[in-house]
This record gives sequence, structure tokens and C-alpha cells, in this order.
Amino acid sequence: MEGIQIAKESDARGSFCPGPLMEMIRLVRSANVGDVVAVISGDEGSKKDIPAWINKAHYELVGTEEVAPGATRFLCRKNH
Amino acid sequence: MKKILILGGGTGGTIVANRLAHALQPQDASIEVISDSPLHYYQPAQLYIPFGEEDPRKIARSERKLLNPQVKLRIDTVSEWIPDKQALHTARGDTISYDFLVIATGSVPCPEEVEGFVAGADHFYTPEAAYRLYHKLSEFEGGRLVVGVGGIPYKCPVAPLEFTLLAEAFLAHKGIRSKTEIVYTFPLNDVFNIQSVVPVVRELFEQRSIRAETFFNLESVDAEKKLVKSLEGTELPFDILVMTPPHKGAPFLRGHPMADNDGWVKTDRNTLRVNDLPNVWALGDTTNLPISKAGSTAHFEAPAIVEQIVAAIRREESPPGKATYNGHVTCFIDSGYGKATILDFDYDHPPAVYEPNEFRHLQKMAFNKLYWYLVPTAVI
Ligand SMILES: Cc1cc2nc3c(=O)[nH]c(=O)nc-3n(C[C@H](O)[C@H](O)[C@H](O)COP(=O)(O)OP(=O)(O)OC[C@H]3O[C@@H](n4cnc5c(N)ncnc54)[C@H](O)[C@@H]3O)c2cc1C
Repeated sequence: MEGIQIAKESDARGSFCPGPLMEMIRLVRSANVGDVVAVISGDEGSKKDIPAWINKAHYELVGTEEVAPGATRFLCRKNH
Repeated sequence: MKKILILGGGTGGTIVANRLAHALQPQDASIEVISDSPLHYYQPAQLYIPFGEEDPRKIARSERKLLNPQVKLRIDTVSEWIPDKQALHTARGDTISYDFLVIATGSVPCPEEVEGFVAGADHFYTPEAAYRLYHKLSEFEGGRLVVGVGGIPYKCPVAPLEFTLLAEAFLAHKGIRSKTEIVYTFPLNDVFNIQSVVPVVRELFEQRSIRAETFFNLESVDAEKKLVKSLEGTELPFDILVMTPPHKGAPFLRGHPMADNDGWVKTDRNTLRVNDLPNVWALGDTTNLPISKAGSTAHFEAPAIVEQIVAAIRREESPPGKATYNGHVTCFIDSGYGKATILDFDYDHPPAVYEPNEFRHLQKMAFNKLYWYLVPTAVI
């Protein structure tokens, strides 16, 4: 995900469903339109929940990446 | 003599104070509760105020009378906590020091955090708001009732579901159910955040023709157009909107180094110690634990804290196992029509959910009355 400027990032490892999703929602709420925000989650459920929410809200899932074993970073652009 | 300070005279604080008074002699330690109200509210009763089944004037009792005479009660608001100095400041300008501290200041519903909420929405999270809703429901002649959860976490996770089911039964009894559409909104991808509970709720909703709108994160309320909007872009028209407001911890904890920005105190899930401080614990709604903010949670957490404080005062080792909390929570779900079910779970065991029945309803009604004699007094 090089070259993408991340406006806000939160490491939600250690918090379990629905913690990381709520963290993503909180970051998106506080972001400006156009910003990319990121959440790192260690919870398996996030792999389904977070993309499903981004899709429902019509934001853009810029990407996901494994940042450590069992930890995924989700990048979301607040595009409206 | 050691000084134990307990912040908050609600469910958690009162149980801890009374259990400590039972376990310790007056010469062992002084026990003091600081609370910003002389009254102790039984909040679960608020759920029944909108339906005229509880009187808002009768859901609170004197905290002094619930406390063991050995416990001092100070009515004041904690305005600042300075862990390094083991001291607190209060709104009246006092500075109070402690050897052991227990934080049980609960959670605060914050409707003002959402644009348009105060003007356009109702809730039942304070006795006053619940009473206003009683008037609205009494005059309601049918239309669109939207009930939902306006932010996570909030206290008593099942209360919005219960309200929805009770409202459906209330409207049927009033003879206006067929003239009313009921919509339930939830911030997550399903109707509840504990998976094993979802099928039973979905079935109840289907039987009662209640529509669920999921992934609905409350954004704003337009009081004039009577429209509620979500962050996801969904707009729902309403005649009555009953939303659970976003909740926060007590104001002095918001942004405190021992808590997060919303005031949820960093608490160990087993020892209930705050941020590894050796002499500070938290219980009840104020913790940052990802478990239900419920009176039963505070009730089951209290013994672990009391064991640790008593052991520290007697300079003994905490009894192994006994001095930890295992995540135990019990919640009734009143589903209306004289029936209820119960959820009982802990960190390792999700709740098994059974069909609502009459027995559980009677049990819940009995518990609502017996609370005063059994729970804050630490009889059970
Ligand atoms: C409508 C509704 C229905 C509910 N139903 C259920 C149910 O069926 N089952 C269940 O288990 N739970 C239920 N609950 C939740 C339950 O009431 C709470 O989870 C419980 O009261 C939490 O206990 P607590 O001690 O953490 O906080 P509280 O009981 O809220 O006590 C907090 C205390 O701290 C005091 N305080 C706050 N700030 C300060 C300060 N700065 N200085 C001094 N004092 C302060 C307050 O005055 C209060 O006395 C319900 C709640 C509501 C609103």
C-alpha cells in the first residue's frame, strides 16, 4: 500500500468483534471526504465484517494487507 | 488505618461497599462511597415507564439506607483523579486521598452528541426521557415507529430489543398494531452482536412483522422532516423515533490517561485492576471491557475486587481463582405478551437461548421488586 497517504490509523489488535469494525466506523466518521483511514485487526471476523460494512456504506476498500501473522490492516477511503 | 474509596453509588459501587463492610472490621479500614446523587436508581425499571407499567417516581431509593452503617457516604461529584498522588478532586473543592480506589461511576447517555437527536428522537435511558416517551406513546394513533441503537457500547445491550418487542405488544393491546409499521435498526451486520442470540430474535421479529435495518450507524435526525439518517446513507421516515443514545464514561474520565477518549477505563478482564495499578479497580459500565454493560456484570465482578482488597489489607495472598472475574453476565429478555427468556454467559461460554416462556417473565418481574433487598445489600 505504498504511496497511499493515511489520514488516521488505529491499531485495534486485542479488541474483538465488533471492536475493530466500530473503530473503522469511528475513524470514518471523524475523517474528511477523500481521506484514507486504516484499522489493524487481529480478529478473524473483521475479514468479513469490515469489507461488508465498507460496501454497504458505498465507501472504497482501498486494500487489505497482512502486517503481522494474524493481523490485517484495512484501508478505507471516505469517498463521499 | 487504610482508606478505601469507592466512586459511584450505583449497582457496582454499592455492592462492593457492602461486601467490604461485611468482610472487614471497622478498625481494619475506612470505607467511603462518593456519589453525585443521594439516590440509587434501579435503571432496568425505566424500560417499563414508556408503557405505563412503572412510575418514574418510584424507581429510586435512598443510597444511605442501602449502605451498611459502617460505610460513609459523601454526596459530591468527582471532577479529577490524580493517580500519582492517590488523590481526587471534587466539584465542591475537596481533595480526597485513598489507599485503595474502586471506580464504579457507570455510563452516561449522550443524546446531544448526535445532530438533531434532542429535538427529534426519544429514549428511555433516563427516567425523565422515559416519561416523555410514555406521553408520546399514550397519544400515538399509529404510523411509523423506528427503534434502534445509536452507538456502541451502550448499557444493557438487550434493552432496545426488549423495547421493540414490548412496544409491539403494547400497540397490539391498544388496537393500533395494524396501523403501525415497526422498524428496528442496529449498527452491525445483524440484529444483535452475540451470534447465538440472533436466530431467536430474527424469529420473533418475523412472527411480529418487525423489519430489521442492519448496518445502520446513526448520523443525524431531522426533527422537522421526521427523517433519521445513517452514516451508510440510509434514510428512514418516522412518526416516533426511539434511539439508544451514544454512551460515554463519567466526564472526569474522558481522555484521562487511565481511560480512552470516551472515558472507558482501561481494565484487566480478569483482575479488574486499572491499567496495572496495584491499588485501583473498576467495575460495571465504566470499564473498557468488551462485555455487556449490565447490572449483572457489576454484580458478578464485585466479589473479585473485594477479595483482592481484603487480601491486601490483611497482607495475605488473594485466594487463587476466587479473586478473578470470568466474564459472567445474566440478562433477561422480556419479549412481551407475558413471556421472557434469559441469557447467561461468560468469557468462554456464549449464551444458549431458549424460547421465551411465562416462567422467565414472572422471574424477571419478581427480580425487579427483589433487587432492593438482594442486590445492592449484597445478600446474593
Ligand atoms: C433502560 C435500562 C434497562 C436496563 N436493564 C437491565 C437489565 O435488565 N439487567 C441488567 O443487568 N442491567 C440492566 N441495565 C443496566 C444497569 O442498570 C447498569 O449496567 C448498572 O446500573 C451499572 O452499574 P454501575 O454501578 O456500573 O453504574 P450505575 O448503577 O449507573 O451507577 C453509577 C453511579 O455513579 C455515580 N456517578 C457518576 N459520575 C460520578 C461522579 N463524577 N462523581 C460521583 N459519582 C458519580 C452515579 O450517580 C451513580 O450513582 C439497564 C439499564 C437501563 C438504562
